[in-house]
Amino acid sequence: MSSSVLFDSPGPKARARNRIYAVAGSAALLGLIAFIVYRLAAKGHLDGAMWDIFNYAGVRNSIAKGLVSTLEAFAIAGVLSLVLAVLLAVARLSDHRPVSWVATGVIELFRAVPLLITIYVLWVGFFTSDPLWAVVIGLTLYNGAVQAEVLRAGILAVPKGQSEAAYALGMSKTQVMTTVLIPQAVRSMLPTIVSQLVVTLKDTSLGFVITYEELLYAGRQMASTILVDGENPYVPVVLVFGAIYVAMCLALSALANWIEKRGRRAKTGIKVAEAQKAAPDMGGGAGPAT
Amino acid sequence: MNVLLDHLDLFRDGFIGTVSLTAASAALALILGVLIAGFRVSPVPPLRAFGTAWVTLLRNTPLTLLFLVAFFVLPQVLFPGISSYVLGVLALGFYTSSFVCEAVRSGISTVPLGQAEAARSLGMTFVQTLRMVVLPQATRTVLPPLSSIMIALTKNSAIAGAFNNPELFSVQKVLSDKGYNVMVIFVWVALAYLVLVFLISGFFRLLERRMEVAR
Repeated sequence: MSSSVLFDSPGPKARARNRIYAVAGSAALLGLIAFIVYRLAAKGHLDGAMWDIFNYAGVRNSIAKGLVSTLEAFAIAGVLSLVLAVLLAVARLSDHRPVSWVATGVIELFRAVPLLITIYVLWVGFFTSDPLWAVVIGLTLYNGAVQAEVLRAGILAVPKGQSEAAYALGMSKTQVMTTVLIPQAVRSMLPTIVSQLVVTLKDTSLGFVITYEELLYAGRQMASTILVDGENPYVPVVLVFGAIYVAMCLALSALANWIEKRGRRAKTGIKVAEAQKAAPDMGGGAGPAT
Repeated sequence: MNVLLDHLDLFRDGFIGTVSLTAASAALALILGVLIAGFRVSPVPPLRAFGTAWVTLLRNTPLTLLFLVAFFVLPQVLFPGISSYVLGVLALGFYTSSFVCEAVRSGISTVPLGQAEAARSLGMTFVQTLRMVVLPQATRTVLPPLSSIMIALTKNSAIAGAFNNPELFSVQKVLSDKGYNVMVIFVWVALAYLVLVFLISGFFRLLERRMEVAR
C-alpha cells in the first residue's frame, strides 16, 4: 500500500490544515534543535577553542589510527565471516547427519549469545594481550553464523531443476554445490550479505569495551586526556566520531541498495533479495528471524 | 557449578537487570516506533522528512556510540546526574525504535488497499484510518519481525552492562575479575540468555496464534 492511499488528496481546507501542522511540526523540531544548541553553547561546548583540537596533528593522527584499526578489524572479520559462512551453510545442508547437526548447533549458539559476551570471553580467556583477534574472531563467529543462514536461504531458493539438471549431467555433489548452487545463491543474496556487512562494521565498535584501540576507543581516550579550559571536549569528539561512523555505514548501505536495484533490472536468474527487509538484524549480537 | 551456587544472588540480580532494561526500553521503542511510522506515512511533508531522517540516522549508528552520546552529551543538554539506568534505557529505546518503525511501516504496506479506501470513503480522517482500520490489521504481520527485534534488544542490553548497569554481562565481568574460570561463567550466562530468548519467542508465538485469522 503506498502511503497516499491512507489519506484523500487534500482539498482547500485540508491543505490549510496540513500547512498548519507542517509549520507547527517544523517549529517544534527547530525549537528542539535550538534548545540543544543553546544548552551546549551555554556550557561552552561550541566554543572555538573546543573545536580547535581537531586542528592539531596529534589529534588527526589518532583519528586516522583509530579509523585504520576499525577498518582492519572490519576487513579481516568480513572476509573470515564469509569463509566461515560458506563452510557452515554447506555443512548444515550436508547429507551426513552428524555434520549438519554440529553446524546447526554452532549457528544457533553463536546467534543466541550477545556478541559482546562472546568477544569478552575470547578476550579474557584467549587473547588477553591481543584484543584485535578477540574482536575479529568474535565478529567472525557471530556474523559467520548469520551469513550462513542467509546463504542457506539463498541455496534453498535456487529452483530444484537446476541441481537435478546438474546431477543428470553427471556432476558430483561438490561440483553441483560450487558451480551451480552457490554462485546463484550469492548473486541473489548479495544485497542481504552487504547489509549484514554494515552490521559487522557497526559491531567493530564493541572493541571499545575490551580496550581494542578502534575508532570509538581512540575518541574516548582523546576526549578524556585533552583538557580545554579545564573541561574534556566530549561533545565535539562524540559528534565528529558519530559523523564518521554514519558516513561509513551509509556508504555501505548505499552499495547494498545499488546492488539490489541493479539485480532487479536483470531478467534472468532468481529474484534478488531486498537489501533492508531481508536482514532485520540490529547488530550488537542481534539475531534475524529465520 | 559452584560459581553459580556461590553467587546465586549476583546472577539473580543480573537476570532481573537484563529483564528490566529490556522491558523498559522495549516499551519506549514500541511507542516511539509506532509514532514515527505514523509520521513516515502522514500527509505532512516535514513530519515525513523527520521520520526518514530519524530512521536513517539511528539505523546507521553503532549502539556503542549512542551510549556515548547518552552518557556524555545528554547530561550536558538536560541536567547532570541522570541515573545510568535511565540513560541506558534511552539509548536502547531510541536505537530499537528505528527498527520497530521499519517493521510497522512494512506491516502497513501489507494491509489490502481496499481497507484504507473503504475507511476513507466512510469519511475517516488519516489518524482514524490508521488507528482504527490499518494498524490493527498490520499487527498480525508485524509480530514476527517484532519478535526478532525484541530478542535482539535483549542481547543488545548487554552493552548497557558495560556502562554501569547491573545485568548479565556485568555479572560475567565481575566474576571473571574475581578470577573464576571465564568459560564456566560463560556457560551460565549463555544459558540465561537462551532462556530469555526462548521465553520471548514463545510469547510472540502465543500472540501470533491468538491473532491468527484466515484471509
